[in-house]
Amino acid sequence: MPAALILMPVTVARSLDHALAALEECPEAIILAGGTDVMVQVNRGSMPVDQVVAIGRIPELQGWSREGDWLHLGAGVTYSEMMGEEISSMVPALAQASRTVGSPQIRNAGTIGGNLGTSSPAGDTLPTLFALEAVLTIRSSTGVRKLPINQFIVGVKQNALQPGELIEKISVPVLEGPQEFCKIGPRNAMVISVASFTLLTDVKESQVRSCLGTVGPVPIRPTEAENLLSNGVNWEKNKVSSEVLEAFASLCADAAQPIDDHRGSAAYRRHAIKILSRRAACRIFSEDNS
Amino acid sequence: MSEVKTKTPISNSRIGDSAPRPDGIPKVKGTFAFSSDLWHEKMLWGGTLRSPYPAARINKLDITEALLIDGVHTVLTHSDVPGEAVYGLEHADQPVMAAEVVRYEGEPVAIVAADHPEIVRRALAAIKVEYEEMVPLTDPEIAESVGHIHPDGNVFRKINIRHGDQEIQGDIQVEGFYEVGMQDQAFLGPESGLAVPGEDGGVDLYVSTQWLHADQRQVASCLGLKEEDVRITLAGVGGAFGAREDLSLHVHLCMLAMRTNRPVKMIYSREESFHGHVHRHPAKMWYRHHADREGNLLRVEARVLLDGGAYASSSGAVIANAACFAAGPYRIPNANIEGIVVRTNNPPCGAMRGFGAVQTCMGHEAQMDKLAAVLNVDPVEIRLKNALKTGDQLLTGQIITGTAPVAEVIRTCAEHVPSYQKSSDLMSLPGGAGRTADPEHISRGEAIAVGFKNLMFSEGFDDFSSAVCHLEDGVATITCACAEVGQGFVTLAQQITREILGVEEVILAPAATETVGSAGSTSASRQTWMSGGAVQKACEEVRLKLLQRVTEEHEIGIDDLVLAEGQVLSLNGDFSISIDVATENPLEARVEYRHAPTFPLDENGQGDAHVSFAFAAHRAVVDVDPELGLVKVVELITSQDVGRLLNPVQAIGQLEGGAAQGVGLAVMEEVLVAEGNIRNASFTDYLIPTALDMPPVEVAAIIEQPEPGAPFGAKGIGEPPSISSTAAVVAAIREATNLELPRVPVRLTDIVSVEEPS
Repeated sequence: MPAALILMPVTVARSLDHALAALEECPEAIILAGGTDVMVQVNRGSMPVDQVVAIGRIPELQGWSREGDWLHLGAGVTYSEMMGEEISSMVPALAQASRTVGSPQIRNAGTIGGNLGTSSPAGDTLPTLFALEAVLTIRSSTGVRKLPINQFIVGVKQNALQPGELIEKISVPVLEGPQEFCKIGPRNAMVISVASFTLLTDVKESQVRSCLGTVGPVPIRPTEAENLLSNGVNWEKNKVSSEVLEAFASLCADAAQPIDDHRGSAAYRRHAIKILSRRAACRIFSEDNS
Repeated sequence: MSEVKTKTPISNSRIGDSAPRPDGIPKVKGTFAFSSDLWHEKMLWGGTLRSPYPAARINKLDITEALLIDGVHTVLTHSDVPGEAVYGLEHADQPVMAAEVVRYEGEPVAIVAADHPEIVRRALAAIKVEYEEMVPLTDPEIAESVGHIHPDGNVFRKINIRHGDQEIQGDIQVEGFYEVGMQDQAFLGPESGLAVPGEDGGVDLYVSTQWLHADQRQVASCLGLKEEDVRITLAGVGGAFGAREDLSLHVHLCMLAMRTNRPVKMIYSREESFHGHVHRHPAKMWYRHHADREGNLLRVEARVLLDGGAYASSSGAVIANAACFAAGPYRIPNANIEGIVVRTNNPPCGAMRGFGAVQTCMGHEAQMDKLAAVLNVDPVEIRLKNALKTGDQLLTGQIITGTAPVAEVIRTCAEHVPSYQKSSDLMSLPGGAGRTADPEHISRGEAIAVGFKNLMFSEGFDDFSSAVCHLEDGVATITCACAEVGQGFVTLAQQITREILGVEEVILAPAATETVGSAGSTSASRQTWMSGGAVQKACEEVRLKLLQRVTEEHEIGIDDLVLAEGQVLSLNGDFSISIDVATENPLEARVEYRHAPTFPLDENGQGDAHVSFAFAAHRAVVDVDPELGLVKVVELITSQDVGRLLNPVQAIGQLEGGAAQGVGLAVMEEVLVAEGNIRNASFTDYLIPTALDMPPVEVAAIIEQPEPGAPFGAKGIGEPPSISSTAAVVAAIREATNLELPRVPVRLTDIVSVEEPS
């Protein structure tokens, strides 16, 4: 090998401590999990890579556990795993969102921790995690902290992860009630989101939770719309009036802050949110025209 | 590079059988060596520095720092090109590397050879280029009237077809403007190759291509070498569809290898590949059809404008096709067609499956539907009423002497009862995995389209193929430079050989320039006819030589002998000798095969410019979500004119694959170009149909009417599937939405009209 070619140091971490030690030594290292986002950028030359800490083989980041009404997902849980029967029965919207990601190969490699780490406005699991008010457990060699997702993702591809830190797990509440996630792309599968929408119900609390994806720098909770629908639903009969549905859809669309880009126009994205929000609500509640 | 050799039981591997591909299992298993797998122990890696601007003057080009990097062996620029500075398929106008100006984003400016791809990357980054940006010419509408951006001018070719009465007016007239976006061939195997310097001062190039001898001619010219000193061997091709007809890295690789005296390998990245090959021409079209009240077509007027991008490539032939077939496979006595293809600073465009006929099919079929609507008749009826048949005249005055089962493809396609069942699975509705629609949101549409094009090269081109058949010890070896790009010539050549010689073992020698003459291009749906014809002719000659030998040695009349099951047999059964024994002393034939001559078009676009024509019809069923603009193509039904079916499985493969490219162009495939810059040079954003987008293709009918003059009566079948499929899908979307939709691909916002409140 010629002298000019300085090999890139790669740590293939075998344990969480191993990874954290490597990150302590080299806090700016790129964290590589499934690589489905990172490698695209590396190959395109748009991500400078000097050091890599590969976390795909860390046992502590794999798998999930249930603790009362909380589900803890290891950062290394893949989209395919989230589509599995167990997780999809606890968080159906997360499974539906996972199915919209890439191809089977990508879903076998890509992870929930990676989706959070990339913090793309088009991240497919993010709207549902925002609606669930997921809590991230973030670890470094010096300690551990917990951060709600809306304090973690702070801008377009920007998050609160500090050098030396690693996402260890993501905790979400297991809600009782139906959930719906839908996503628009100009192809029927394997496509980057143009707009997405998630609607969750919490039957015990008689509340809905919702979030808009790809129509702002970060996922957007349409709180006015959520309140209107929570109050407008007849929870005993699972019914809602057409007027409330229309108002809900309009408020969701109003909450969007979309941009124009080569994947879609701002106007289309706002329009799409209006349609998706109404349809999602109609799948969950029966429309009461009486 | 590897020999293709199989022992398939002879009983199911002759003409008309679904003989298996000899390279099929290796390709499925991943053991087939593609050009990107080429390797040489002592090789260097090559790379290309490309212009980031669609139009700029190069004020300074400084390679000194790049040369200082350890592991860099050479950096070359335009001044190092040893021979002709420019190359081109029809007309040499494209620089090997840009000298004073760059004319498109991605134009090569410098090349590097180094020990490792990473060093190549660093060396490319260390080359300093001072560009002075210019305003790019990106609007093809104004290209003719603005200042030249190339010494050869801004018009590649203009064709006027004037046929019959230029003034006649129909009682019924329909008019429309149509637009087709820039499609990419989207092959999976990126451009790649390996050049090895020869001890004799020549060079050996292993590369994936569609036409070895055209590459050889152009590469030799740019290297300043004799053609025989540039030896090109076909490397495993990962798809072509027209995009490998032009040179890409060929000259660069040879220059680097000859300068460093080391083998050099190069592979384009996916993004680079989008800049490194030509695309399908975007088209703007205007049509006016005249008909009488009974729906008989009287006259067609059309203007077809193609954007050729920065360099000529095959633009001249593409516009000829677009003009000749502008009105579709219909009998129209009077026509006035203007076709023009211009130079801009957009990405260069050239050959792609369908070659000019795809764009115009979308236009003429929309017109036929408009005519049917105005006359209030069935779209199928209006097509049948005007369908071309043998003996009819084309717009170019040429009389169709071959088969033209246009009515048959239309009728069988229209009458087919689809097997599609309605599904309530959200995944099978528009929006697919995104779960955006419920059945009540969906509107269904169905429509039919028909198209045609020429087979082989036209307008007087000396179109031929060459083949050698060598029969020794009962084993036939076929040598032909036909580029196997996935179309299945390797299978067909074996089928033809087994059919004629009655032997089981058929070896296909590597396709190379050194061992045999040109086979012509693997394009224009021509290799089954042309190289199939050459192999047939070579085998027939060897067969005759063998029979003559047996006749002489055993005193049996030649008419009493047949070849079958590896034996030379007498008809009365009294005599037999195995071909193994009879060919211990080998027999060989070396042939050239030509199709019937064609002639140039005159100043009125009239002339017998084409050899033969193939026709296909498609019927599309689509589901549309009108509120979101999402589309699901539910089913495609097709009928195709094939002359004679030589390999059913391979034919179905062409019908399905071509239709998939047509579906792609209808609903998603477009190279997005803004101010000359490609915005989606990746498979993340250049979308091609997935399994959820591509419906089942139901073959309503394969029409077998043997074509006079064609080997075995077979027509080429590769292109027709991608011609009318796009037109059928967009027409079905129109049916579902009641929108005019004059443009493909149909975008979300073409179906949903939305405006952001200001």
